[in-house]
Amino acid sequence: MKASYALRRLLSNNYSLQCQTKRTFYRSFLRQTVPLTSVRYPNLKRGGYSALTDKDLSVFEKLIPGRVLTGSSELDGYNTDWLKTCRGSSQVVLRPKTTEEVSAILKYCNERKLAVVPQGGNTGLVGGSVPVFDEIVVSTQLMNQIISLDEISGTLVCEAGCILGNLSDHVAESNLIMPLDLGAKGSCHIGGNLATNAGGLRLLRYGSLHGSVLGLEAVLASGEVVDCLSTLRKDNTGYDVKQLFIGSEGTLGLITKASILCPQKPNAVNVAFLGCDSFERVLDIFKESKMKLGEILSAFEFLDADAIAVARDNLKLSIPIDDSFPFYVLIESSGSDGTHDEEKMNGFLEDMMNRGYVIDGTVASEPAKIQYIWSVRERIAEGLMHDGYCYKYDVSIPLSHYYGLVEAVRERTQGNTTRVIGYGHVGDSNLHLNATSPEYSQTTMDLLEPFLYDWVAKHRGSISAEHGLGFKKRDFIYHSKSESAVRTMNQMKQVLDPNGILNPYKLLPTVVR
Amino acid sequence: MFRYLFMLAQETTFRSRSLDKMKSILDNCGFSYLWSFQNTSPNIKSIIKQRLEDQFTQSWSGKCNFIDDLSITIKIKVVVIRAPINSPGSKVKMSALRVLVGCKRVIDYAVKIRVKPDKTGVVTDGVKHSMNPFDEIAIEEAVRLKEKKIASEVIAVSCGPKQCQETLRTALAMGADRAIHVNIDPKDYENLQPIHVSKFLAKIAQDEKADIVIVGKQAIDDDCNQTGQMTAALLDWPQATFASKVEKNNGDLTVIREIDGGLETIKVKLPAVLTADLRLNEPRYATLPNIMKAKKKPMASKTPADLGVDVTSRLEIVSVEDPPVREAGQKVESVEDLVTKLKDAGLV
Repeated sequence: MKASYALRRLLSNNYSLQCQTKRTFYRSFLRQTVPLTSVRYPNLKRGGYSALTDKDLSVFEKLIPGRVLTGSSELDGYNTDWLKTCRGSSQVVLRPKTTEEVSAILKYCNERKLAVVPQGGNTGLVGGSVPVFDEIVVSTQLMNQIISLDEISGTLVCEAGCILGNLSDHVAESNLIMPLDLGAKGSCHIGGNLATNAGGLRLLRYGSLHGSVLGLEAVLASGEVVDCLSTLRKDNTGYDVKQLFIGSEGTLGLITKASILCPQKPNAVNVAFLGCDSFERVLDIFKESKMKLGEILSAFEFLDADAIAVARDNLKLSIPIDDSFPFYVLIESSGSDGTHDEEKMNGFLEDMMNRGYVIDGTVASEPAKIQYIWSVRERIAEGLMHDGYCYKYDVSIPLSHYYGLVEAVRERTQGNTTRVIGYGHVGDSNLHLNATSPEYSQTTMDLLEPFLYDWVAKHRGSISAEHGLGFKKRDFIYHSKSESAVRTMNQMKQVLDPNGILNPYKLLPTVVR
Repeated sequence: MFRYLFMLAQETTFRSRSLDKMKSILDNCGFSYLWSFQNTSPNIKSIIKQRLEDQFTQSWSGKCNFIDDLSITIKIKVVVIRAPINSPGSKVKMSALRVLVGCKRVIDYAVKIRVKPDKTGVVTDGVKHSMNPFDEIAIEEAVRLKEKKIASEVIAVSCGPKQCQETLRTALAMGADRAIHVNIDPKDYENLQPIHVSKFLAKIAQDEKADIVIVGKQAIDDDCNQTGQMTAALLDWPQATFASKVEKNNGDLTVIREIDGGLETIKVKLPAVLTADLRLNEPRYATLPNIMKAKKKPMASKTPADLGVDVTSRLEIVSVEDPPVREAGQKVESVEDLVTKLKDAGLV
């Protein structure tokens, strides 16, 4: 029993172990190395917000007794983002438990003109979830109740602070799955996912959150609670207000509850991990997979050789197949009939082998193996952190130019980076381009930006496919959005948050044209 | 070669007992028909040579008395030298150990186990199964022995319902040469225990003339850790359990075992039974070409009756229950706080 338990710990609980290492790793870096955002960006001016006083603290203590954090060591984690590229100097973290408490907090902050950062699991990748200066952090940590799950319609209603992985486990007991899945599922909050319109690994199959979120409840800066917590799929009564909050990155309101449509859990899942010799082949395989796998295709991911090297060298993961291919493809199929799916998958793979599109590969239908293969893909982001500083880009590019960007960046930054890797959701035209160097270097940064954004704009891509704009990318918004669109956004912001207290210095550009 | 053996038999210095043994070895190797067959092809000769060499070191060394032993060694060496001269084509020196590997189909370890409401067992219907991870390690080791040319053939065995054939296909895709499925009626399978599986394995090991039997040290579903040991007992073969490293030295296997507080190195004579521990190796993923090839590899099906094993249950399952739910911990602010809490709970 003991030995078997050890094995299970070693293999199946890989994920929780992984999270632990992630966390310890992250903590050890916090204090010494991350410079304050206000120091790294000296041109940035603090907005005209009030400063926190002792009186404010006592008011908060009255509103949410015992859930006001002030110790600086305790605040470190809330002030620094996961990528350790941004650090704020907030003096206080508030941890409300109910919508009413959130409402009271925001009402007070709005009256006092105190700036606020809503924070979920703090796994954002664009510096959107941490304070830039001394904004008050309002964490959804304690708002973690699952309110209801209707097994027939598959509607889940829960509070914003529920951890995505926990929700996944919860709905799995009723044979359902969450419509989104991402590498950070062990710590990210559903409220944060909604606020950033997180994409992830299942988008190809289940679409974006704009479709799968049926309703939500959010608190405006004024403290007013906007109740759109519908559980209906069809509801054309007026403007669909909830859509405003999805992807607003906490600048329009703080999401407190959500109702989400959960698809049926597929009975049969197959994962193939393939090696091929050129990016053209990756595209060929994608085209064929849409045709041959059709409705059961649920994910199509790719990794290049440098990404595989991160998993192999930094994470010590063994690669399921020969690790010397220039490109790797991960295909997942999900369906209702195992025999049917397997036959389809095997037929497709056989065809790909015979045509020489795939040189080598493996396929798994056992959950444990599937989990392992996925971990090679999902843990790349974590593995990159071992290199030091990571310049992270998440772009959408039409497939015809997709990998060209990685090649262009690699050539341009040669000698200034440890590595430049490309991986991502080919199925959604979404590329994750990452460069690393031992520490932050302005020279490297100047080589990357704005070159990379210009390249993307030239090829009519989006400079942020799923990570959002947050703090780091907000001034590049015009690369992907027209001036009129940005002006409309700004008007909406003025209406819903006239004092601009919600997540300032994020999403909207410094100067609206 | 046989003429040569026959000639030897005529010689007075060669004891007749030894010739009988020689003959019985050929019989054991499954070449008894060759005994009376003079015009053998060079290929068969080289196979016989390998078999003889191996069988000699394996089964004779312990059994013959010293003088016999010595004289036979000499004679065999003559045979060994003669054979390549007769067949210059067979230059590759290949050993011919046959490895039998047991692989159990269990609920995949990533699946959450649920106890049946009537507490007679766990829910298996519609639950994803896969090969017992320790058996995967066993298969991997057998395949590596084959890749090192120590083994000539790897046979995978699984005892259970029809779905076990999927498990066997996985074993074949990993590199096993052929598979034997012992088909157990689903009803009998519920009560199938290690003693039955050991009997199957022992019988098959004898029928197939296996030299090594490898099984996982235990299955992750019942955690019995008995099959390997009982198989060894039934066969009266030496056993090397919890193996974390296996090496072949001459006719013996040197095995490093994982024991409490360290490692133990032992030497076992062949034939032997091994059980694989976690660190023995890291099993490979079957590659696409091998998965395709595996579909064409032979898979025999046998019933308990074919193997003469009675599968009547010796045990009765009284109840299967979930482990107690772990209670949430508490955080304390200070040492005083901790002491108070411990006192309240009556622990100090």
